[in-house]
Amino acid sequence: MDLAYKIFLDPFVQMGTAPDLLMQTLWEGLVAGVLYSLIALGFVLIFKASGVFNFAQGIMVVFAALTLVGLYEHGVPAFLALAITVGVMFGLAFAVERLVLRPLVNQPEIILFMATFGLTYFLIGFGELVFGGEPKVMISDQLLLPSGAYRVNMFGGFVQMQKIDVAAAIIASLMVAALAVFFQKTRIGRALRAVADSHRAALSVGISLEYIWVIVWFAAGIVALATGIMWGARSNVSFALEIIALKALPVLILGGFTSIPGAIIGGIIIGVGEKLGEFYWGPLLGSGIETWLAYVIAMVFLLFRPQGLFGERIIERI
Amino acid sequence: MRAPTDPDVAAGEVLLSLENVSLSFGGVKAISDVSFDIRKSEIRAIIGPNGAGKTSMLNVINGFYHPQRGRITFKGETRAEMRPYRAAHGGIARTFQNVALFRGMTALDNIMAGRTLKMQRGFLWQMLRYGPAMAEEVEHRHRVEEIIDFLKIQEIRRVPVGRLPYGLQKRVELGRALAMEPELLLLDEPMAGMNLEEKEDMSRFILDVNDHYGTTIALIEHDMGVVMDLSDRVVVLDHGIKIADGTPDEVKSDQAVIDAYLGVAH
Repeated sequence: MDLAYKIFLDPFVQMGTAPDLLMQTLWEGLVAGVLYSLIALGFVLIFKASGVFNFAQGIMVVFAALTLVGLYEHGVPAFLALAITVGVMFGLAFAVERLVLRPLVNQPEIILFMATFGLTYFLIGFGELVFGGEPKVMISDQLLLPSGAYRVNMFGGFVQMQKIDVAAAIIASLMVAALAVFFQKTRIGRALRAVADSHRAALSVGISLEYIWVIVWFAAGIVALATGIMWGARSNVSFALEIIALKALPVLILGGFTSIPGAIIGGIIIGVGEKLGEFYWGPLLGSGIETWLAYVIAMVFLLFRPQGLFGERIIERI
Repeated sequence: MRAPTDPDVAAGEVLLSLENVSLSFGGVKAISDVSFDIRKSEIRAIIGPNGAGKTSMLNVINGFYHPQRGRITFKGETRAEMRPYRAAHGGIARTFQNVALFRGMTALDNIMAGRTLKMQRGFLWQMLRYGPAMAEEVEHRHRVEEIIDFLKIQEIRRVPVGRLPYGLQKRVELGRALAMEPELLLLDEPMAGMNLEEKEDMSRFILDVNDHYGTTIALIEHDMGVVMDLSDRVVVLDHGIKIADGTPDEVKSDQAVIDAYLGVAH
């Protein structure tokens, strides 16, 4: 009885009695969620256009951030380094298309999936070779990202918001909006959706798969760079970041693999759910809750909506 | 019924010719040493029993398959193989035997996708939906609406095509091919699975496209009545070999064709 009270009632009593703490937790969950969304977004882009689950998305985040910081450490001015990194991500997209996707065209998806594993380990090795394996500090000040915190008074207490988190939320929203317009309103966006739906039909209207693949991998690279900067600014840049790719998995299950809004909402649900769980239920269940709660949330959703929140439900005549 | 031999077609210039084309998959020969041509503004039918190599033939023409031997000459340019992207650029459009549409998109977007190659403005302009890009979008949209009117699919333009009945899907697919304003239109069984009324509609669309736009059409069809009514010339394949080539009347009375369709002891 006592345990049931602790699990089912006490956390809510706490939420009610200290609303400022609840708000603080929600805010932190929201920020974590936005970053999860960004990672998931990289996956969604590539999955939409080529049906490939890109395992390398996580390492692309690390690689982009490492390139940026590494260039700066070699004396390149911060914004020039940023521009060069964008160029490097384009080069990577081009190389992936030429060396990985093109030779494997028309192969089963599992083969392409395995190829992205290969790409992951290549990027780990290559990144270590060029920039070394030790963690680096993100150059957030040099990139004019704000530091410090806002204190917002509410409910008789206050909520502390890191400025970098606010910036992350804004930048993520802008990127998502730009991508949404790109996908819905432009010729290339239409071509991307076309390729996602049917390769041979896309070819028959003269859409070049090669060109489209370079564009999506480049877009995913830019998303990875933004994610790398934001995560790097919160902790630091190291290969350990690579495992955040695994955090994207429950987000994708929740949001559906093909939906950009799904990636956003899914990321926020997972982020907020994780922080709430950790703060209010964590003491009861042990502190490891953050490592597995996301997967449990995703699993529960899966029971009710197997296609994810926004996944395209395939309605078809038979 | 069309005139059996349209004199201007009979004398017309050759748009596409295939010479000694052979295609095999591993040990299986799909096409053996087939030659024929398609003349400008004609309706050319490719017929034959199941497994005769008809679809393979279309796939060779628009570059999905690359023949091991033979030459393809399109608009005076000879090459050993086509690439789909090149073929589309050169003005070859097609539809598929079992409908290949962009299922998640609306009928309108599917047909707009056919305009991909015609749109030139950079995507930054398009994202801003401003200035020349907007004018371009409007202009293409206008062309697409004409096609939609022509095919009488106004009511379904906002419907995701996955939800449409089969006959309408085929019509949308034709619309997408027409949006490319092709010189050569390849139709792979455009009337398969349709009822009589739908077949009549589709036949009329095909004839109208041919008449109004002068589009050259190569089609595969099983319904002999339709083939005889629509086409100017017919090529007959059986087991990957060309067994007859001529006007519908010539082909109809050809002994090899009758044998192939009715079956004889070899």
